[in-house]
Amino acid sequence: MQFFLNITLGGIASGMIVSAVALGLVLIFRATNIVNFAQGAMAMITTYIAYAILHQGANYWEALLAALAVGLLFGATTQYVLIRPIQNKSPLNAIIITFGFLIFLEGIAGAIWGSTTRVYPAPFSESGQKIGGTQIAFSPFDVYIVVAVLTLMAVMLVLFRATNLGLRMRAVAFAPEAARLLGVRVKPLLTLGWALAASAGVLAALLVVPTSSLTPNFMDVILVYGFTAAVVGGLDSPVGALVGGLITGLSLAWVGGYLGGSLEPMGALALVIISLMIRPEGIFARPPARRV
Amino acid sequence: MAVLDIEDLSVSYGAVNALTDVTFSAQEGEVTAVLGANGAGKTTLLRTITGLVHPRKGTIRYDGEQLEKMSVERIVRHGVSHVPEGRAVIDEMTIDENLRLGALWRFARNERSAVIEEIYELFPPLELRRRQHANTLSGGERQMLSIGRALVARPKVLLLDEPSLGLAPIVTARLMAVLRDLTVASKLIVVLVEQNARSALSIAQRAVVINLGRVVVCDDADAVAGDSDLRHHYLGY
Amino acid sequence: MDALKRPVRALTAQPWFRLPRQPMLRHLTFAVLAGVGLYFLTNWLSAFNDYQAGQVAFYAIALAGLTLLTGINGQISLGSGGFMAVGAFTLALLYTHTNWNLVPELAIAVAVSVVAGGIIGIPATRLRGPYLAGMTLTVALGLPYVTNQYNSIFGGDQGLTTPPPTGPSDINPEQWLAWIQLLCALIVLVLLGNLLRSRFGRSFRAVRDDEIAASLAGINVPRTKVIAFMVSSGCAGLAGALLALSAGVTNSAEFPLALSIYLLAGVVLGGTGSLMGVWWGAIIVVYLPNEWARSLANAFHANSLVSANLAIIIFGLVLVVMMMVAPAGIQGALRWVAGKVAAYFSSDPVTNMTLPLQEPPGSNINSPDIAGGSVTETEKQGV
Repeated sequence: MQFFLNITLGGIASGMIVSAVALGLVLIFRATNIVNFAQGAMAMITTYIAYAILHQGANYWEALLAALAVGLLFGATTQYVLIRPIQNKSPLNAIIITFGFLIFLEGIAGAIWGSTTRVYPAPFSESGQKIGGTQIAFSPFDVYIVVAVLTLMAVMLVLFRATNLGLRMRAVAFAPEAARLLGVRVKPLLTLGWALAASAGVLAALLVVPTSSLTPNFMDVILVYGFTAAVVGGLDSPVGALVGGLITGLSLAWVGGYLGGSLEPMGALALVIISLMIRPEGIFARPPARRV
Repeated sequence: MAVLDIEDLSVSYGAVNALTDVTFSAQEGEVTAVLGANGAGKTTLLRTITGLVHPRKGTIRYDGEQLEKMSVERIVRHGVSHVPEGRAVIDEMTIDENLRLGALWRFARNERSAVIEEIYELFPPLELRRRQHANTLSGGERQMLSIGRALVARPKVLLLDEPSLGLAPIVTARLMAVLRDLTVASKLIVVLVEQNARSALSIAQRAVVINLGRVVVCDDADAVAGDSDLRHHYLGY
Repeated sequence: MDALKRPVRALTAQPWFRLPRQPMLRHLTFAVLAGVGLYFLTNWLSAFNDYQAGQVAFYAIALAGLTLLTGINGQISLGSGGFMAVGAFTLALLYTHTNWNLVPELAIAVAVSVVAGGIIGIPATRLRGPYLAGMTLTVALGLPYVTNQYNSIFGGDQGLTTPPPTGPSDINPEQWLAWIQLLCALIVLVLLGNLLRSRFGRSFRAVRDDEIAASLAGINVPRTKVIAFMVSSGCAGLAGALLALSAGVTNSAEFPLALSIYLLAGVVLGGTGSLMGVWWGAIIVVYLPNEWARSLANAFHANSLVSANLAIIIFGLVLVVMMMVAPAGIQGALRWVAGKVAAYFSSDPVTNMTLPLQEPPGSNINSPDIAGGSVTETEKQGV
């Protein structure tokens, strides 16, 4: 029983991280119909940069802020250079381009920093705490993870629902042509969307890296899990990203705990397959537009 | 006296010629009806005026500027509003949000509420549902929202693409009446594309009939309405 | 009148050598000629080059399958590396636990891969575009991971040994293996070539171009997609098994994510619709990481980190640039050049028309096919 509880709590924490990745994927997909497969790799590079900043003497929080800022810039630049030119071409192009970018970035990281693992510190203790008399496997760091991701989602919620900028971005995501006809400048908003999505990915990476150590490939599986969460929740639904992330995190924690850690990716595959069989468009798919 | 001048406009989609040498003018304070069968090119005409499509040839002149090479964003900021075919109301947003979207580029924060209230005065049924999501609206209400959204930015040129589509006749009649009054009161240039020629001609001053991408008739609306041969041949009644 | 006569004469002119009309015979003739040529080639090359030629052969097999799936059937798959692993480990397990001959071992490896392709392919019929890509990405990452879980069966980090078969004593083992691999490649290409010319090939293309139209025309769309998946995974499995023989050992490190992306790059480079283009892709996949990248790194006196990663960097860059600039790949570019050259030299007004740069249909799917979302997208834009 204790084992199950510990695994489940761990699943919640990792589920939150996966939600953050999924949120980034959903943001971009909603606005541009593109899945940014390079999301994880972009976050990885930014994490290495944060690591370098840390070793220049900055503290964890300064490095975090710097990384988020770098993420914004990275996302905007990527959209401007790689995606804008092919925005109107077939989706196949965008898929291959983002995959090409993925391994390009992993190669660059390998060339600069090599494949030796580096340790990125956690801002809070990673060992479980005592509540009442029992030992709970939910460390202060896990609490931080949940708080951080919920904060991210709250910020996004406020941005999209309560600001005019968010109104414009939603319009661009739902009805780009109608938005243009209302004088909304679509292109800069797409760039902003990518910037925000990249930051979400960076946050996820920084939450994962204390436990999984920094290598050029460390975000590969996280990207896959984020994608799984987005499929489960609905690739165009931010709420779906959160719910899908939790479902994914918990499922994989149980698979990992009871069947073995190396089977987690296959668990993700099974989750995707099951989700597709039961509800192909995801749990929170957008309602179809009403005609006339 | 503001005028929208279209001259020799030709638009192609690849090898298909959608419009060829289209020429006509639309005056302020008047409704210019653009009529013709399905696929005649009427929607393409409006999309070209708004800048969603660029013509192969020809000019679109308004207010001393040539619009045919401008981007959509610039054309909209010149006072051109387009109510697209199918309404394109954003279902996932409330009525209020839809309207506010239209006001964003033109008005500062403190002015927006006032102009949105004007739209509610024009279309009272919308005010009742202002906080509801647009997907709960009936066809007529959606059309009101679409037109209202286009009007929020106080345009000088209003392009409407088949507003009567799917609406009951009585709703259409009311809508047309509102349009007519608005055109005169605000001195709008209105280009009204319609398959429902009868209702369009009832409020229009000028009529342009397009067939297979070419203008076949460009005359006063009364003359077109009175010509039964023409009506039979091109307009179906 | 004269202008008419020339093209008519060109059509009916008798070339000095005529290929048989029937596709199967034509392909076989090509294959036999190629086989003979390759035989002499391998005799002339050194042992190491034979080894590489063999590598080119099995990568060509994998690329052929992927070209069929992605270029011709329009299902983008990143899972090829995973299916290669399936084939390789099947062969390895058979070698370890039985003493069967190579041929049945290869056959079973192919069969298992085909079944695996079916298992993935069936739910995949519900997906298109990025959804499908993401799911196959999961396969590419996940399948090799599985072998880490069951160390005792799969040999853990060291993996299982899969030595190349020994041929007749007077032939180099590298050459013998290369012959086997090249023979497999030729067989696969002939079979796939025929498949593509058959009813199946037309179905594949029809499904790629417009699923709804294809189903209205009577094609069973999901079944077509699954068949394409299974053929492709079978090819990948065969290629993986042959890779196992080349490498001498089979472990999960042989099948990283980068492999799947290299294969995708190979298809893109070769030309996403072209079966003959796979040779270009295979050559690049074999030589770029090992020879060319290393020479490039040495030329710039780059350190060992750069040298080890240069291949990945170049592949990634190539993929990005290719899709932005020349989606038709090398084969497409060659065709375009050939068209221009023919037009230049011909005074015939017909051939003098400039051919537009043809993007093979595989890279230009216009329908925004995303499961669940796309139809609503078009509806929403006020169509």
